[in-house]
Amino acid sequence: MKYLDEYRDGELAQKIAREVHRVTTRPWNIMEVCGGQTHAIVKFGIDELLPKLITLIHGPGCPVCVTPLEIIDQALAIAARPNVIFTSFGDMLRVPGSTTDLLSVKAKGGDVRIVYSPLDAVKLAEQNPAKEVVFFGVGFETTAPATAMAVYQAAHKQLKNFSLLVSHVLVPPAMEALLSSPDCRIQGFLAAGHVCTVMGFEEYFPVAAKYRVPIVVTGFEPLDILQGVLMVVQQLESGRAGVENQYARAVRREGNQPAQKLIREVFRVVPRKWRGVGEIPQSGLGLSEAYTTFDAGKKFGVAEHHVDEPAECISGLVLQGLKKPQECSAFGAKCTPEHPLGATMVSSEGACAAYYRYRRH
Amino acid sequence: MEQNNQFARSCPIPIQQYPHVLLAHGGGGRLMHQLISKMFLASFRNPLLETQHDSTVVEWTGKKLAFTTDSYVVRPLFFPGGDVGSMAVHGTVNDLAMSGARPLYLSAAFIIEEGLPMETLWKIACSMSEAATRCGIQIITGDTKVVDKGKGDGVFVNTAGIGIVEHDRKIAPQNVRPGDAVLVSGDLGRHGMAIMAVREGLQFESAIESDSAPVHDLVLELLKAGIEIHCLRDLTRGGLASALNEIAEAARVRIEIVEKSVPVREDVHAACEMLGLDPLHVACEGRFVAFVAAGDADRALAIMRGHALGAGSAAIGRVAESSAPLVTLKSAIGASRILAMPSGEQLPRIC
Repeated sequence: MKYLDEYRDGELAQKIAREVHRVTTRPWNIMEVCGGQTHAIVKFGIDELLPKLITLIHGPGCPVCVTPLEIIDQALAIAARPNVIFTSFGDMLRVPGSTTDLLSVKAKGGDVRIVYSPLDAVKLAEQNPAKEVVFFGVGFETTAPATAMAVYQAAHKQLKNFSLLVSHVLVPPAMEALLSSPDCRIQGFLAAGHVCTVMGFEEYFPVAAKYRVPIVVTGFEPLDILQGVLMVVQQLESGRAGVENQYARAVRREGNQPAQKLIREVFRVVPRKWRGVGEIPQSGLGLSEAYTTFDAGKKFGVAEHHVDEPAECISGLVLQGLKKPQECSAFGAKCTPEHPLGATMVSSEGACAAYYRYRRH
Repeated sequence: MEQNNQFARSCPIPIQQYPHVLLAHGGGGRLMHQLISKMFLASFRNPLLETQHDSTVVEWTGKKLAFTTDSYVVRPLFFPGGDVGSMAVHGTVNDLAMSGARPLYLSAAFIIEEGLPMETLWKIACSMSEAATRCGIQIITGDTKVVDKGKGDGVFVNTAGIGIVEHDRKIAPQNVRPGDAVLVSGDLGRHGMAIMAVREGLQFESAIESDSAPVHDLVLELLKAGIEIHCLRDLTRGGLASALNEIAEAARVRIEIVEKSVPVREDVHAACEMLGLDPLHVACEGRFVAFVAAGDADRALAIMRGHALGAGSAAIGRVAESSAPLVTLKSAIGASRILAMPSGEQLPRIC
């Protein structure tokens, strides 16, 4: 398929991999930030082509994985209400809350629907004026503009029966939180290409300079990832720590400015808990003052619901790159995609799920 | 009461993880297999059922008959490339064909929702009649039930089928051998994506039409040519990934597939990429996978490609010895990974 097959070319992949072997002289730990990249790495077996000296650490970039337990519990409580149509992206349905998941709420009669765009939820609200339609706004900067547009349109249409349970998170604060941890082993980053299509990559320059860490904005196909790794290793081997853009066919330095404007209009930056990691300051998006009437948490009185994460699962350590999925005693035994204990087993982009699907020997 | 308690002690509900049935329990993945093995196999256990094939072969006064049943609950009832009626005939005919049987007779049972337009039902009946004629079978018995409005989804159709087995081969998952070639009878994933596109209102440049078709003719040609077939499997729910995992499990072998050789049409591939789905997990309704002796692979492929319904057939891999059942896939860039059985329903990814 055009624009995909070119980036999955086996011979070119081997060629870039040989170049990585040639330039690598020392061990390096590189984190791919985005879950989509983790998925591609294990799906295509990209890490098998890399030198043993290079360790890829799977980052916290799966929005499904990092959605905190308490917001999932809030979602479950809202979705179980009789007059509610609860809409969500598909893979949030299987994420376990404290006691159950959205699929089970649906099985018991809750009106839970998968949508492909937040705007479909707005359409549902228009078509069902007697129902409350709630959209579960999850994701990084990539999906935030579409969620913002849904709220913006609902406001313009003066829809009183549409609201948003928002759990959007921001990537750069999470990268900084990881880098400032005393246990940090990360020496270079593949930054999430799709986040950067929206946000650009200006904000990475101070991070790279402060922590002396190379950051390469990277795409999602095998050749993208291999080239991203090569660019990080070239920087590391020559003692540089700059910001580079591998994904130039999609990402501009300044990003998508109309999208950023819309995010600023509808949202404000708030502290946010990350499942498995804990609270990170300035790392989430909440509705701005002008749009608080669309806050589902407040509308349904569930915003004050707080829950602690279960101790059993090591997904926090996996997300931080301190452990590999198979180092968990529950991995593949008590914890599987059908019965996930933690966030990283839930989404197909989660590190544990990716290992379970492609690596369970 | 005492009897009930005893029953409860000796027969606990085996599936502890979900107290209620989820849609995912019907998705063709691991949850469905758990449900079948812990609930139904455990209850009805017998050697014929345990072959767990698409249809079961029984001997009856010196003749061998294949028997199967399937229910069709597709929404929408009419979709590009087919409808619930033709699908209910093709699907059951195909299940019989997977034993290498010549389909003879079908039953048809309808569970109709109150309020369904008569015209809709008539169209479905006409479509079934045409499909039956095309397949050379007759519908010889049936049943009609009507349920309250809101208690059905238009109409559910169940068909059961009987076919005659006129060959001496043992065609079943347990007969797959190391060295066997793995062939598929055409491009994959079209039915699933056709349904998803209509159901979810997804617009592509051109409509993806279902691959719903009867494959018995093609199978009978392979048998007539003396191809040493070890196993056949209809690629329905759960797609190729589910079928291969089921067979690897039953035969205790490793199945090695080469991703590049698996035929997937470009529009289907594009739709899957957009939704974050894997075409190897998506359902077909007129495709099968065949395990044949390595020496017969080229001849089998030539016969399949020469048939109108197998023009897109391809050799996609081979069977190897293994201590544990496993399906592996050689990726586009040449690395190897596990091809797992999908979990439950296919859920589109977030971004």
